[in-house]
Amino acid sequence: MSQPVDALLKIDNLSKHFGGFTALDQVSVNVGRGERFGLIGPNGSGKTTLINCISGALQNDQGSILFDGAEVSRMPAYKRTRLGIARSFQIPRPFGSMSVLENLIVPLEYVAHSGSLHLADTRGEAMEILKGMGLADKAETLASSLSQVELRKMELARAMAARPRLLISDEAMAGLSSNEVSEVLEILFKLNASGITIIMIEHIMQAVMKFSQRLLCLDAGRIICEGSPEAVVGNPDVQRAYLGA
Amino acid sequence: MPHVAHPAFLVLGAYATYALVGLGMDPLLAGLLLMPVFFAFGIAVYQFYYLTFERRGTDLGVRGIAFFFGIAFIVQVGLILVFGVDQRMVEASYIGTSIEVFGDVRIPQRMIVAFGVALALTITLALYLSRTFTGRAIKAVAQDEGALRLMGADPVRIKRWAFGIATGTCALAGALLIIVGPVDPNLDRLYIGRTFCVVVLAGMGSMSGTLVAGLILGVAESLVLASVGTAWAPAVAFGILLAVLGVRPAGLFGR
Amino acid sequence: MKFLLGALVLVGFAAAAPLFVHLEYFYFAGFVVLQFIVLATAWNILGGFAGYVNFGTGAFFAVGAYSAVALYKAVQLPLGLQILAGAAAAGLLGFLVGLLTLRLRGIFFSIATIAITIILETVVMNWHYVGGAKGLPILRPTEMPLYFTNYTQWLFLVMTIIAVLAVAMARYIQVGWIGRGLRAIRDNEGAAECSGVPTLKLKLAAASISGALMGAAGAPFAQYLSFIEPSSAFSLNYAVNALAMPIIGGTAHWIGPVLGAILLGTVQQVVTVTISSEMNVLVVGVMLVVFVVGAPEGILGLWKRYVLKKGTP
Repeated sequence: MSQPVDALLKIDNLSKHFGGFTALDQVSVNVGRGERFGLIGPNGSGKTTLINCISGALQNDQGSILFDGAEVSRMPAYKRTRLGIARSFQIPRPFGSMSVLENLIVPLEYVAHSGSLHLADTRGEAMEILKGMGLADKAETLASSLSQVELRKMELARAMAARPRLLISDEAMAGLSSNEVSEVLEILFKLNASGITIIMIEHIMQAVMKFSQRLLCLDAGRIICEGSPEAVVGNPDVQRAYLGA
Repeated sequence: MPHVAHPAFLVLGAYATYALVGLGMDPLLAGLLLMPVFFAFGIAVYQFYYLTFERRGTDLGVRGIAFFFGIAFIVQVGLILVFGVDQRMVEASYIGTSIEVFGDVRIPQRMIVAFGVALALTITLALYLSRTFTGRAIKAVAQDEGALRLMGADPVRIKRWAFGIATGTCALAGALLIIVGPVDPNLDRLYIGRTFCVVVLAGMGSMSGTLVAGLILGVAESLVLASVGTAWAPAVAFGILLAVLGVRPAGLFGR
Repeated sequence: MKFLLGALVLVGFAAAAPLFVHLEYFYFAGFVVLQFIVLATAWNILGGFAGYVNFGTGAFFAVGAYSAVALYKAVQLPLGLQILAGAAAAGLLGFLVGLLTLRLRGIFFSIATIAITIILETVVMNWHYVGGAKGLPILRPTEMPLYFTNYTQWLFLVMTIIAVLAVAMARYIQVGWIGRGLRAIRDNEGAAECSGVPTLKLKLAAASISGALMGAAGAPFAQYLSFIEPSSAFSLNYAVNALAMPIIGGTAHWIGPVLGAILLGTVQQVVTVTISSEMNVLVVGVMLVVFVVGAPEGILGLWKRYVLKKGTP
């Protein structure tokens, strides 16, 4: 198996239990700097648990998570965000009482400029990010009244406002039309081109195949296959997991 | 659902019983007769809550809690206005007499009646929740609304039904409350502590845990009553509650 | 700038009032309304901005009051220091309750605040140094401060200053990054944390500030009544009013709790005098439910919708 030489994220022997249920079982994987990494697996296979452990929404029971050489597995989520791990959510979680612009100002204030806030032009910066996402005309709209695709884009924009080095996109395309899927995909390609490492969780196989340089398939909390997208999809274990045969 | 008005409904049940006993009815019978009335009342309250909050999905947190808090407050003050702040009690043949068990130990008959009925009520509820489809659905709705919807059950209908049952139970429990001892309108604050203490101690949604937790709380309160005096009794339930929240928020029997 | 000017005018008015307002009732009623402005504003910092409902305003208020009383009785501490001590004690209480429950779902924090009210009330009932359940008469200082000839008028000025400081603090929090962080927590805590907001720290800070302001409001209470007893210091009325006023006024803006406190505080003064005190608490309860159901954004929301003709549909 080809492991990246220069890893940004090193996960070693990661396990997570809920009561008697094992959600993640000794998962080890490295993600390289600048890589486009795809994470697939059937429902309940542990994908979301894995990224919750990486982003800090959950704490792993065993194992270690090294981000850029630093052990982060006992850090609260907000510190990990400040180190450079940002994410979007499977079900969008906007700050509904704020405008789209303000949604972006939160991470700008708390991450990018947390030391020297008085010098920063957070509104201008937020506007720049929104332009890049094609959301500039929605800047003053209340986040709770956005459409599904706009919400997805806003989540990515908000993640970007935290100036991440690693972006985790958790099913950012679920429920979108095929045109909208290519729109979001294009945004993710653009972000990756600017040097951001991206982990993509996705059920839309077409999208994840097109996007990923490397693919990992989880089933029942274990890694069943890892490698090039073609190799993973052709793997009989993966096919069995998906077809349930 | 942040139902902080539940204890207020309990006290309301006690007073409703009191009113019916005033017309010459037996308190237990009154409690039983009031159950369907309270059930309907609970359904109505939930329906109102659903239409004004849940369906709109707007900021459930603060306003939902404030809504029930306001309801509890109105019930409490309403009772004060109607019945006054004095303690009220009821009369029945089994109140005031006691039964002798081994020599010196005497148990007041009203306690035995209340204990028996409470136990029967708890077992009935437990059986209902574990054996019937609706009962299981009620337990499921707390965990995963989506899955319930897939099973073909309507979560809103289930919750409305659960709310009705919980409120209906308040009628009989209220009757027991006033059989056991005198009640006053300010009792509900104390019962907020007791109710949540038991529920948190047991771990949310655990029925057998609830019974054990109730026993623990009862024994603890009596011990404090006997050793330190009545002045400290109100703090017991809340003290345990805080301790459990601090140490083991999932409850003693939770996962 | 406008805010500063308004604040100065208000304090100036309170300081100069003894020169032209001689009606004693004005100061009595005014003190109560100001006290509610502080409590409602304090409640809103945690409840309105961050979405954590405090049912135990009475506990924080009473901790302020009893800290002041104990220190006054022990070492004749001057009023200014009593207020600081009361604020510190209640702030610490807010921090501790927060530490215990703010990691959990919001409802647990709410229940814990009820719990703390009952527990502390029981403790004070059994604490004989400050009068226990019977209460304790307080002799006001015989020497009048500054140019004042009436201690109630002095307390009125002190409460005005506390209220102005409380509102200024709420305003400072609301318009800046702290307020945005708190709102992010209220809207979605998980997303807030992933946007770099240190949610627990921020909630603890809000709980401490909110508690401290409530304690500051409570500190002059015994001096105002010349008497203190647990059931009035821990009264459920504080909890209900502190929650109802911001919700009725509007929780999104610092002016909301102030409007709610002035409206409800005044109505209650009138109803208490003309009808009965039970009726007045009933009025609060009914108004709370009516607003929560009918006008979720409070008076501010109604204003936006019907006067400015914009805002949420």
